[in-house]
Parts: sequence; structure tokens; C-alpha cells
Amino acid sequence: MTALESAKKIKAKFGDLISEPAEFRGETTVQLADAEKIAEVCACAKNDLGFDYLMDISSVDNYGDDPRWMVVYHLRGLRHGGELRIKTGVSEEKSELPTVTTVWKTADWHEREIFDMMGLRFSGHPDLRRILMWEGYPYFPLRKDFPLAGKPTELPGVAFTKTAPLEGGPFVTVAGGGDATGREPRVRPPKE
Amino acid sequence: MATVQDIEVPDSAARSAQAADGLQDAVGEKMVLNMGPSHPATHGVLRIVLELDGEIITKADPDVGYLHRGDEKIAENMTYTQFIPYTDRLDYLAPLANNVAYALAVEKLLGIEKDLPPRCQYIRVMCAELARISAHLLGLGAFAMDLGAVTVFLLSFTEREKIYDLAEAISGARFTTSYTRIGGVSRDLPPGWLEQCQKFCDEFIPALNEFETLLTRNRIWVDRVRDLAVISKSDAIDYGLSGPNLRGSGVEWDLRRNQPYLCYKDLEFEIPTGTVGDCYDRYLVRMEEMRQSVRILEQCIRKIPGGAENKSKEPVNVSDGKIVLPPKQKVLSSMEELIHQFMLVTEGVNCPPGEIYFGHENPKGELGFYICSRGGGTPYRMKIRSPSFVNLSIIPKIFQGAMISDTVAILGSLDFVMGECDR
Repeated sequence: MTALESAKKIKAKFGDLISEPAEFRGETTVQLADAEKIAEVCACAKNDLGFDYLMDISSVDNYGDDPRWMVVYHLRGLRHGGELRIKTGVSEEKSELPTVTTVWKTADWHEREIFDMMGLRFSGHPDLRRILMWEGYPYFPLRKDFPLAGKPTELPGVAFTKTAPLEGGPFVTVAGGGDATGREPRVRPPKE
Repeated sequence: MATVQDIEVPDSAARSAQAADGLQDAVGEKMVLNMGPSHPATHGVLRIVLELDGEIITKADPDVGYLHRGDEKIAENMTYTQFIPYTDRLDYLAPLANNVAYALAVEKLLGIEKDLPPRCQYIRVMCAELARISAHLLGLGAFAMDLGAVTVFLLSFTEREKIYDLAEAISGARFTTSYTRIGGVSRDLPPGWLEQCQKFCDEFIPALNEFETLLTRNRIWVDRVRDLAVISKSDAIDYGLSGPNLRGSGVEWDLRRNQPYLCYKDLEFEIPTGTVGDCYDRYLVRMEEMRQSVRILEQCIRKIPGGAENKSKEPVNVSDGKIVLPPKQKVLSSMEELIHQFMLVTEGVNCPPGEIYFGHENPKGELGFYICSRGGGTPYRMKIRSPSFVNLSIIPKIFQGAMISDTVAILGSLDFVMGECDR
């Protein structure tokens, strides 16, 4: 069964919710109109069509368009070797869609990453926490309105406010500090 | 009269459960132990919060992200060619394989992966296989060292040194190779490289045999890793494992065989798989993969078009001047090449709008690039599906019920790289 046939079967089952399969560079993509149905579509793809392996979930920020978010699922059937891409749009006001951890366990970390980087929530996810950034980080860095240079944050607040233990110590050379006598640690008495 | 007696050999989880049964009265408070992020057995900066009942792990919560550098964000802000050096820093134990994977992904978007000259394909296959041997050697050496076999670590680094010499000869850098370009490679093989590579292959198999005598039938080694952290076939698929970790669980899936790219379909090699899915199987799969990689390398050395000297002037880049930089001599003497060079350097390779996913069989597993393009020289969005990230997500499942002294063995058998996991 080719990916195109699988896509057609999904379309036959879900009707107008699924777009016509698109082909590009030998890959088949279908788009799901209602993100609320994503778990059902994925369960159908896994159980009825043999897509037992979830390669990846990624997200795209179509900044300025509506719906703003596009969540992209890459499916593979290890038995038949076919691959299928399912996309679904999520509006900015909602920013939430059902989890597919119920279908594949590997979705757990992929969804946490999307929550961390893009700020989409996955309803029903067992443990939706930040994964790459630290807990309490206030921004979503992969959004298009987040600048490449980053934004200053309050956190971590306490880690580096005081002089680091070795800074200015008696055995540390001072980089670029005047002549050799000034840089040389042996001649510098510890500061009080 | 001889009698037949059944001997029960429980796995590690069952052993821990039996041990726990005998200690019903001694159950006390659980202890939370923080492992990492700076711990020699976490091979980088992985932090795991372990909840312990005595010596048995009842819960493990991995914490990743200490090496997050925002590679995906960076990729959106530069041309496709400019991102090649960043791929060196994903799986920094196999930079050549990452270079190949990334170049192939962009070429798939351009639709030119079938036009790659055969010599280029063979060179890339050799790069990927050398990287595989190098990464597996480090994985093996670190795995063994964590369990106390330091000799293997030192011996494996002797062999890795030769691979670094080979990488230096083709790219000029030992570590951060950045060898591939969109549509080819940065330069052809230097004179004498194939002989050097053949010499490495000849010396490597005896060295590998020596590692095997040190470990494979070693009672201490086998006792430490057998029946430990068994991952069933269905779990491996469900958690999306890839590479040797997936094959160690008995799933015969290798992108080089199942979705052949480059010239892999012309080469003969076997896909080793495990039967149990324990740490020992993952170790055995990696050992056999190195042998198969040497087999592939030797076939490539024999079959590469143009041979060592490339007297027949086989090209190593696609001929399209809008994708590959023209020769400098022509840039200085011809208007068209000058324009091509100017456009390529300032605007990058002009890719069509569309989206592709390309998965490459990297040493750690499937390294995938999802590129969403809106046309032009920069990707609109690039997602890196890193095998280490996905492979680590099974930790909470397989750590449960293991002994605390087994953590280093399990981590070593998973063979991950945090640079790739955190991106």
C-alpha cells in the first residue's frame, strides 16, 4: 500500500475534514481541517493503516497568517515502509490541541518540545512541562516574533550575582591587565 | 539417574522485585538522588533525578536542555550553506555523517538528489561509514570504561585517531569537518587518501577482534549487561527508538536498506539485529555494525568511479552553477560565473517553496531534517529530529526497577550525545 492510497483511505473515513493528498518530492501530505480530531485521525492511521512509528512532530509559526500555528506529524509504517505527513492548523487564540501520546508514547517529548519552543498546549498530555528551556522561562523562542538575539530575563536570579569564587583571586592572571607585572598573579596580594 | 531441573533466570526487574519482597518490613522513606548534569557517565550534560527505594530505582526523570543552543532558530536566520558548520556540532562524535545528512536534506528539497555524481555519492558513503565507526568506537569505549574496563577505552581511541587523520586529510579539520556542500562536497579526495583508508580498514578488523576478546565473552562484562534494561520490540517502536537501539530490540529497520539513498543499493552489507533487546544486544549490534561499515568502506574503495587519482576527472559536484559555487578561475574570467558566485554567496541556494523530511541513518539513529521552505535562500522553519533526544525519552520506562549501579550501564548502552539531543 503506498502512502497515497493510505491518504485516500483516511480521506474516505474522515471526509471533508481531510484535504486532497498533496505530493511533493515523493512525499504525501494531507491536511486536517479540525485540530480537535488529530488524535482520532492518528489512531486510525496507526491501527487501521499500520503507521506504527511516529518519526517526528514539528510546528511551524505562520506569523501574520490565520491560523498561526501549523503542527506537522510525520508517520511511518515499519511493516510496509510507507510515510505520511499529517498537518493541522491551530489558531493563535486557541493555541491548544489534543495530545497523541495516547497513540504513540514517543509523542510525549515531541509535544513537550513544541510547548516549550512554540507555546502550544496539548490537552490530555500527562506531563506538559518545559523540556529544553528551564522551568519558569517566560518566552517561547521559536516564535517568529522572538528576536534572534534573545530577550533579557530575570532568571536565573541568584546564580551569578556575586563574584565568582576564582575571580580576582591571588592565583588568577588578569586578562589584558597592563604590563606583565600587573598581570602576574604572584605579585598581586589578595584583596580584602 | 539424571534428572532435569528447571533453572529460573529472572531479569533485572524481577530480581529487584524479589529483593523488594524480602524487605517488606524494611521499607522506609524514598530517597531522591540527583545524577548529573556534570557526571562522567552521562556523557555530557544529562541530568537525571532518581527516586530510590534502597538501591532500586522507583522513578527516573531525565532533564535535558543544558546544551541547548537554539540551532533551529539560528537556521531560520541564515542561508542553507551557512548552516553546514552548525551541523558539525549536533552529534559532535560524527560530524561527517551530519554534514552528509544535512546536504542530502537540502538536495531533496531542491530535487537534485538523483543528479549527484557517482563519485560524490561514494565519497559521502565513505564519510558516513567512517563517522559511524568513529561514533560507535567512542560509544563502546565510554560504555566499557563506565563499567570499569578502561583498557577498551584507550584502545578504541587509538583507532579513532586514525579516523580523525582521515577526516583531516579530506576536510582540513579533525573535528568540525563541514565537508559537504549543497550539491556536492567541498573538495575531491586528496592523493593517497584511499590507500590511507584501506590501511585503516586492514588494521581495524584485528583491533576490533581484540576488543571482542576483551569484552564479548568476558564473564564480568556479560554479567553486568545481560538481561539489563530489556526493551521489547513493541516498546522500541512505540517510543520511536532508532538506530542500534531499535535494531537491538529485534526490529530490522535500517534507512540505508529500507529507503536507500546515495549508492547504498549497490553495496552489500548486513543489518545486525538483537534477539532480547537488553544492553548486551545493543552492544553486539554496534560491534557488528562496525564490521559491516568496514565492509562497505572496502567496497567503496574498490568501486569508486575515477579511483584514487581521479584521472578520468569524474565530477564531485552537480553541474548546476546556481547550486554549486563555480571554479574560481572561471569567476575571474567569465561574466555568468561571476553572477552565479555573487548570487550564491549573497542570497544562498534558491530553493523552491514546499516542505520535505529527510531521514539519514546516523550512528545514533535516524537524524531527520524537516525543512519548510517559502522559497529563497533561507529555510522558513527547520526542525531537526535528533535520534538522541528520542532515544532518551525511554529512560523513565527502562530505569524503573533497575539497580542504581546499573544506571551507568544502561546509559552507556543507549549511546547518546547531548549536543544532538539539545540542539
